[in-house]
Amino acid sequence: MADQQVDARGLNCPMPIVRTAQAVKALASGQTVEVLATDPGSVKDFAAWSKTTGNEMIEQTSDGGVFRFVLKKK
Amino acid sequence: MDEPINFVAFSGTDDKLQALAVMTAGAAALEKRVNIFLQYWALDAFAKARIDLDHGLAPEAGPEGRARVDAITRAGQASWADTLRMAKELGGVDIQACSLSMDVLGLEESDLDPLVDGVEGVTAFYLSAGEGRIVFI
Repeated sequence: MADQQVDARGLNCPMPIVRTAQAVKALASGQTVEVLATDPGSVKDFAAWSKTTGNEMIEQTSDGGVFRFVLKKK
Repeated sequence: MDEPINFVAFSGTDDKLQALAVMTAGAAALEKRVNIFLQYWALDAFAKARIDLDHGLAPEAGPEGRARVDAITRAGQASWADTLRMAKELGGVDIQACSLSMDVLGLEESDLDPLVDGVEGVTAFYLSAGEGRIVFI
């Protein structure tokens, strides 16, 4: 179970990333956030965000148009 | 990563301001510093009395573009002003009004929405921009 959840389903770019960045700010190092998104751009966006910010992507799945990401704060 | 990204916002239609807000929020989420310099019609759209009004779309939108933008707004897309507020909460975003444009438009600092951090001239903007990229919208 992740430490924080972000339900970004139905939100357009860049809101899934913005909401996630807000949530991660409130976490301690090593804590995790689970994100649900439907924006098709989010797969590449979350990969780029993880790479640039150093917050590690530890899980990535998709199910029926819903993308799920679990990220660990640097 | 150390140099900021810098936007000169000139156009005051909602579509161009939305593009500015999206670019800014994305950069802020990537922990980049962002400087925004508001000129002319973009600055006018940040006046307290007008920020929540309909600022129209660029001419190339046409009626079909208008209908598409209206549809995504009804679907709950955040306004450009709200998107910029979220970007500022993430931190590292500074919004300055161009002092010349303030004079042209007859605006005082107290006429501007709190999203605007201050008024400066172009020299101060270049100093903040440093060696970072400058994008004109």
